[in-house]
Amino acid sequence: MGKTTYRDALRQALSDSMTTDPNVVLIGEEVGRYGGAYGVTKGLIDEFGPDRVIDTPISEPSIVGAAVGAAMSGLRPVAELMYVDFIGMTMDQLANQAAKIRYMFGGQIGVPMILRTQGGTGRSAGAQHSQSLEAYVMHTPGLRLAMPATVSDAYHLLRQSMAQPDPVVFIEHKALYATSGELDDQTPVVPWGKAHVPRQGDDLVIVTYSRQLHYAISAADTLAKDGIEATIIDLRTLNPLDIDTIRTHVERCGHAMVVSEGVMTAGVAAELAARISEECFDFLENPVIRIAGEDIPISVSPLLETNSVPTPELIVDAARMMRS
Amino acid sequence: METQTNSRLADLYAMMRRIRTFEERVGELFVRGQSAGSMLHLSIGEEAAAVGVGTAMRDGDTFTTHHRGHGVFLARGADPRLMMAEIAGKETGYCSGKGGSMHIADMKLGHLGANAIVGGGIPFVVGAGLAARQKSSDSLSVAFFGDGATGQGILYESMNMAALWRLPVLFVCINNQYGMGTRIDNATADPDLYKRAIPFGLRGASVDGTDVEAVAEIAGKMITDARAGKPGFLVVDCYRFYGHARMDKSPYRDDAEESEGRLRDPVIKARETLISRGEIDGSSLDEMDQNIAAEMDATIDFAADAREPQLDSIFDDVYDPSTPPPESVRGRLARILGQRQ
Ligand SMILES: Cc1ncc(C[n+]2csc(CCOP(=O)(O)OP(=O)(O)O)c2C)c(N)n1
Ligand SMILES: [Mg+2]
Repeated sequence: MGKTTYRDALRQALSDSMTTDPNVVLIGEEVGRYGGAYGVTKGLIDEFGPDRVIDTPISEPSIVGAAVGAAMSGLRPVAELMYVDFIGMTMDQLANQAAKIRYMFGGQIGVPMILRTQGGTGRSAGAQHSQSLEAYVMHTPGLRLAMPATVSDAYHLLRQSMAQPDPVVFIEHKALYATSGELDDQTPVVPWGKAHVPRQGDDLVIVTYSRQLHYAISAADTLAKDGIEATIIDLRTLNPLDIDTIRTHVERCGHAMVVSEGVMTAGVAAELAARISEECFDFLENPVIRIAGEDIPISVSPLLETNSVPTPELIVDAARMMRS
Repeated sequence: METQTNSRLADLYAMMRRIRTFEERVGELFVRGQSAGSMLHLSIGEEAAAVGVGTAMRDGDTFTTHHRGHGVFLARGADPRLMMAEIAGKETGYCSGKGGSMHIADMKLGHLGANAIVGGGIPFVVGAGLAARQKSSDSLSVAFFGDGATGQGILYESMNMAALWRLPVLFVCINNQYGMGTRIDNATADPDLYKRAIPFGLRGASVDGTDVEAVAEIAGKMITDARAGKPGFLVVDCYRFYGHARMDKSPYRDDAEESEGRLRDPVIKARETLISRGEIDGSSLDEMDQNIAAEMDATIDFAADAREPQLDSIFDDVYDPSTPPPESVRGRLARILGQRQ
C-alpha cells in the first residue's frame, strides 16, 4: 500500500473488513456523517450506507450494550467510544456483560465485538479527555486488549482484532492519528498476540506500547550515543500478553524497564513489572523500573500536561541511572 | 464591569453582548495560538439562555454547566479576565490552569463546575438540592446542559429523583439543535424535548431562545416554583451559530440552514426591541458595545501576560493540601536507583 497515516490505515482496515464481511457494522457517536471525532470513519457511510455505519445519540452504555446484543445475534459490531475517558459510563456493559457472557453461560456463545476508542495526552483536552485507562480493561478477565503504536499495526492489529472470537477493546492514541509510515497491507509484521521487537541491544530491555513506543525509540537513540544499547519491545496486545518475548530479552539483558502512559499505581506498568520480576528474577541485576504516568489527573495547561506523562528525557535519565 | 441602565432589557442586552464579545475574543486567543488547545466551545447564539435564566437566579444559588458554559458563568458574575487566563491554561486562571474552558468553576459564585462529560454535572444539582433542604436554606440549584444530554440516562435518573424528593432544582436544556454533527431530529424520535418533564412529574416548558425577556420570565416562574419544592425542566430553543469546537467548520449542515439559523440572534433581537421601544437609542448602544469591546480586549492581554503554572504544581490538589502529595516518578527513581549506586 505504501506510505499512509495511522488514521487512514485504521479506516482502510474498517473498510476492508466491511467489504469482506457483510456482518460488520460500525456503531457510535458521529461515526457516520461527521466521519468520527478524529476522522477515522470519514466517508465510510457513503461507501457502506447508514444501515452499516450507524450514528447514535450520546448514550454510551447503550451503544456498548447494543453491540453486545448484536454480536450475540450474528453481527460483528465495531462500537466506537469517542474517548476512552467515557469507558466508566459503559463499564457495566463491558465488564459485567460483554466480558462474562461466554463464561456465565457455560460457553454457549461468545461476544465477537470490538470497542474502538482512543486515549492519551497531547491535545490540551484536560482531565476528562486525556486519560490512559487500559488498566481498567486489562483488569477484566474476558476482554482482549489491543493498542497499536504504528501505522502498520493501525491496519493489521485492527484486522487481527476483527478476527477474534471474543470482545476486543482497541485503544488508539490521539497523538498518533497524523503520524505516517509504511503499510504493507498483505503482511502483518507479527501475528495476533505476539510482541514486535523493533530494536535489539544488549544492555537494557524497554517494554512498552502505544505512543510510548516512539518515545522509547527516541530515548534509545540518545542512549546509544552513551554506549547504552536498548532492546525495545512493542507489546501491541496487552491481553494476550506475550510474556515469552519479554522473558527471552530480559534474560539476555538483565535490566528491564516498562514504560506506559497510564498512571503508575496499580497500572499496566505494575502488572508488567510484577510479571517480569516473577519470571526473570534470577537474571535481573536491578529492580524492574516502572516509568509511567504520574499518579495525578491531566491538566489542560500544555506545560503541565507534557510533564504528567513519561517523556523521552525521563526514559533516558532512568536508563542512565539503571546502567551507571 | 457592570453596565447598569434604567432599562431591564438593556441590562440583559449588555450581559448578552459581554458574553458574545468575550467568546469572539476566545476565538481570537485560539487563532493567536495562545489558548490551551482547541477544545473551545462557543455559545454564540445561545446568550439568551444564559442571561435569561442567570438573571432569574440569586446569590447563594448554585449551578453546573456543560462544556459550552462560558455564557452561563459570565451571566452569574464571572470575571472574564480570570476566565480567559484559565482558557489559556495560566496559573492566574480560575482553576490554576488545570481545568481550562471545559472544566472551569468558581465555588464562590456557586459554580459547581463546567463538565466535559455530557450529562456529567446534572446529578450534582440533585445533591445540591438535598443539601439546601437539609440546611433549611432557600437556595436553588440549576443544571445547564445541551440537547445532546437528553441521550444520557443520568438525566432521567436525576429528573426522577428531583421530582420524587420535591427538590429546589431546575434543569435547563439549551437546545441549539445539534450535538456535534448530529441534528436533534437524528438523535431522538421526538424532538419536543420539554415533554420529557411530564412522565416524571416535573414542570416542563420550552421557550424561544431569541427572546431574552421571555426566557427570564419563564425561568423566574419556574425558579419560584422550584424553591417551593416543584422542580422543573426548561428547554431553551436556539441555534448553534458556529462549529462544535474551534476546529469544526460544520460541513454536515448546509449554508442555507446556517444563515437562517444565524438570523435567530438574541443579541440583535434585544437591540432592535430596545430601539423600537425607545428605551435606549442606537448611539448609546454603540457606546455600550464599545466599552464592552474594550473590556474584553483587555482579557486577551491579561491572559497573555498571566503567569504559567509552576511545574511542581502538577502534584497539588490531587488530595487535600493538608495531606502529602503523590510521589513523583523522578523522586521514586532517585530513591530506588540512587541508593543502589
Ligand atoms: C459522555 C460524553 N460523550 C460524548 C462526548 C463528546 N461530545 C462532546 S460535546 C458533544 C455534543 C454535545 O451536544 P449537546 O449536549 O447538545 O451540547 P452542545 O455541544 O450542542 O452545546 C459530544 C458528543 C462527551 N464529551 N461526553
Ligand atoms: Mg446541542
